[in-house]
Amino acid sequence: MAKKTYIQAITDALDIVLEDDPKTLIFGEDVGKNGGVFRTTQGLQEKYGEDRVFDTPLAESGILGLATGLGLTGWRPIPEIQFMGFSFEAVDQIVGQEARMRFRFDGQKTSPVTIRTPYGGGTHTAEMHADNLESYFTGTPGLRVVMPSNPYDAKGLLISSVENNDPVLFMENLKLYRSMKDDIPDGKYTVPLDKANVVREGNDITIVAYGAEVNEAKKVADKLADKNISVEVIDLRTVSPIDTETIFKSIEKTHKVVIVQEAQKIAGVGAQVASAIAEGAVLSLDAPVGRVAAPNSVYPFAQSEDYWIPGADEIEEKVNEVLNY
Amino acid sequence: MANEPIVDFEAIKNDLTNVPKPIQILNENAEVIDQDAFNSFSDDDLVEFMKKMVWERALHNQTMNFSRQGRMGFYAPTEGEEASEMGTVLAMKDQDYLLPAYRDVPQLIQHGATVTEAYLWSRGHVIGNKFKARSLMPQIIIGAAYNEAAGVAMGIKKNNEEDAIAFTYTGDGGTSQGDSYEGMNFAGAFQVPALFIVQNNGFAISTPRRKQTAAPTLAQKAVAAGIPSVQVDGMDILACYKVAKAARDYMVAGNGPVMIETLTYRYGAHSSAGDDPKRYRTKEETQPWFDKDPLIRLRKILEDKGLWSEEQEDKLVDEYKASFKEAIKEADAVPADKVSDMLKRTFEIPTPEMKKEIDKFEAKESK
Repeated sequence: MAKKTYIQAITDALDIVLEDDPKTLIFGEDVGKNGGVFRTTQGLQEKYGEDRVFDTPLAESGILGLATGLGLTGWRPIPEIQFMGFSFEAVDQIVGQEARMRFRFDGQKTSPVTIRTPYGGGTHTAEMHADNLESYFTGTPGLRVVMPSNPYDAKGLLISSVENNDPVLFMENLKLYRSMKDDIPDGKYTVPLDKANVVREGNDITIVAYGAEVNEAKKVADKLADKNISVEVIDLRTVSPIDTETIFKSIEKTHKVVIVQEAQKIAGVGAQVASAIAEGAVLSLDAPVGRVAAPNSVYPFAQSEDYWIPGADEIEEKVNEVLNY
Repeated sequence: MANEPIVDFEAIKNDLTNVPKPIQILNENAEVIDQDAFNSFSDDDLVEFMKKMVWERALHNQTMNFSRQGRMGFYAPTEGEEASEMGTVLAMKDQDYLLPAYRDVPQLIQHGATVTEAYLWSRGHVIGNKFKARSLMPQIIIGAAYNEAAGVAMGIKKNNEEDAIAFTYTGDGGTSQGDSYEGMNFAGAFQVPALFIVQNNGFAISTPRRKQTAAPTLAQKAVAAGIPSVQVDGMDILACYKVAKAARDYMVAGNGPVMIETLTYRYGAHSSAGDDPKRYRTKEETQPWFDKDPLIRLRKILEDKGLWSEEQEDKLVDEYKASFKEAIKEADAVPADKVSDMLKRTFEIPTPEMKKEIDKFEAKESK
C-alpha cells in the first residue's frame, strides 16, 4: 500500500496487465521511450521491451486500425490516444469497426481493445485537449465507456477493462492526473465494470455524478452534512452501459436526485440517466430531476475554463433548489 | 538574376510521369509478351486460371439474375475484374489473412467462404460472416481495411507466422481516403507483411480515376510511405498472379509491405442498387476495355494449344450455375436473424438492462 496519484495508479495497472498477460501491447504516440506526454507509460518500454510497448506514427485512425488488426490476430491491444480531442480522427475504427466486431461475427471474432485517453477541463490546455467527449461514444452499442473519478478506481477499472473481451474506451481525467492521491494496494485488484459505486451514503437526496465531478459532489455532501442534510453520492464509474439499478435503489430511499456532469448539458450522459429515471423510477421522486452541467457553448478557450466548468457551488445551489421544491 | 527560381517545379512534376510500363505477360491480342514468365506456367496452370475466371463470370451472371429476381441484397458487380481478382487471390495461401472490400466477394469465396455464406452476407445475415476462411467480412468503409491490414500483418509477425501475410483490396477511389495512406504508412514504418492491392477499375461509382488525384499512377501513392509498388495489367491473369506471387514471396522472406495497382475495368454498374453507368460514361469509352477482356485473352491461348473448347466452357458454366442455384436454396432455408440473438452478441455478457430486452424479445419470438 502506498499513496499514489491517478497517473501512478494507471501506470501500476498497465505494469500488472503487461506482466500478467503476454498478449497485451501498449502503443501510441510517444508512449515508448518518452513514457507518454504525461509519463503514464513511464518505464514500461524499458521493462517489457519495444515489442510490447512501442511508439507509432502520428495518426489516430492508424493507431486504432492497428489495434483492430492486432485484436483479430490474438493480441490484447491497449492503444493510447494522446488527447481525447484527437479521437475524432479515429471514430470509424472505434464506432464503425471495434464496437461491431463481436456482433458481426457472433463472437467468432472480437475486439478486446482498451483505448486509453485523457480528457477533462481545468488544466488550461490548448483547444481540443480538454473537452468532455463521452457522449459521442456512449451511444455506441458494443462499446463500454469507463470514466474513473479517483486513483483507486482508475487502477482497478483499468485492469478490468483490459481483461474484458469487448472494447473499452477508458477516459482518464486530466485534472485528476496529479491533483489527487489515494492509498493504492500493491499488486492486482479489480473494480467491476458496469457497476456504479455509492461513494457517500445518505437519505435526503441523491447526487449522480461521474469523472472529476464526483469529487465536487463529495465536497457538497461534506458541507451539507454540517447542516444535517444527508446526501448520497453515486459515482457511475462506467458511463455506458449505465448501472440504473444502483441509481433506482438510491432514489427509492431519497426521493430526490441531482445529476451532475462536466460536459455541456446537450453533450453528456446526464440526459440518459434522467431518461432512465423518468422511465423506471419517476414515481419514487417527489421533486423534478435536477441537472448540473456546463453551458451549451463550445468548450471554452483556456482562460475561461474555471468559471465555465460546473463546480461544488453550482451543485450545492441545485441540491438546495431540489430539496426546497 | 534574383528572380531566377532556385528549383524547377515543372520539371519535378513532369518527372513523376516517368514510370515503368505496367507488367504484362499476355497482351490485348493474346500475344505472349514475356515468354520466360509464360513458360513458368504448365498447361494445367493455364486451364486452372481459365476455369477460375469462367467461374467468377458465371457467379457474376447468376448473382445478377438472382438480383433481378429480388433474391439478393447488396451486390457489387465484378464483371471485367476476373483476372485482377482471381489472379491475385490464387497467389495467396489459406493461412494468409484477407481483408476484402465489398467488390471482393469472389476472392473471399476462393479463400474459403462458401457461396451460400456470400449470398447470406449479401442479404444481410450474420451467418454470412461466419465463414471458415481467415478473413474479415467485405468491408463497407473504404480505407478502414488498409488500416486494419497493418494491424493484422503486425499480429502475424508477432505470432511468428513465417509463411503468412495480410492482403487487402481497395479501388481507385479508395486510394484517396486518408486511411489508405495511414495503413500503408504504418505497415511501412513497422515493416510488416501487408499486401495492399488497388484494383483500379476506372471509377468510384461515377467519379473517374482522373478526378481522384493528380498522381500519374496510383502505385505511386505507396512511394511516399517507402513501400515498393508496381502497376500490372489487370486484364492479364498471368501477370496478376505472377506479380502477387512475387509480392508474397518477397514479404514472407522477411520484408515489409508491397502495393500492387491492377489496371482493370468495371463493365457493369457500381452496385445492383440502381446505379446506371450510362449516366457517366459512353460506349466509346467502354468498348476498348471490353476488347481487353481477360477471358477472351486466355481463351485464345488455350484454344490455340488445344486445351479448351466452347463445349467444355458451356459445360463448366452449367455446372457452376447449378452449384449457385443450390447455394441460394441453402441460403433460402436459413431462418432470419432474431433480435434476441442480436442483443446477445453485442457484448460477451449482456448487461442487466439488455437481459430484460432479451427476455422481452424472446417472449415475442416464441409466439
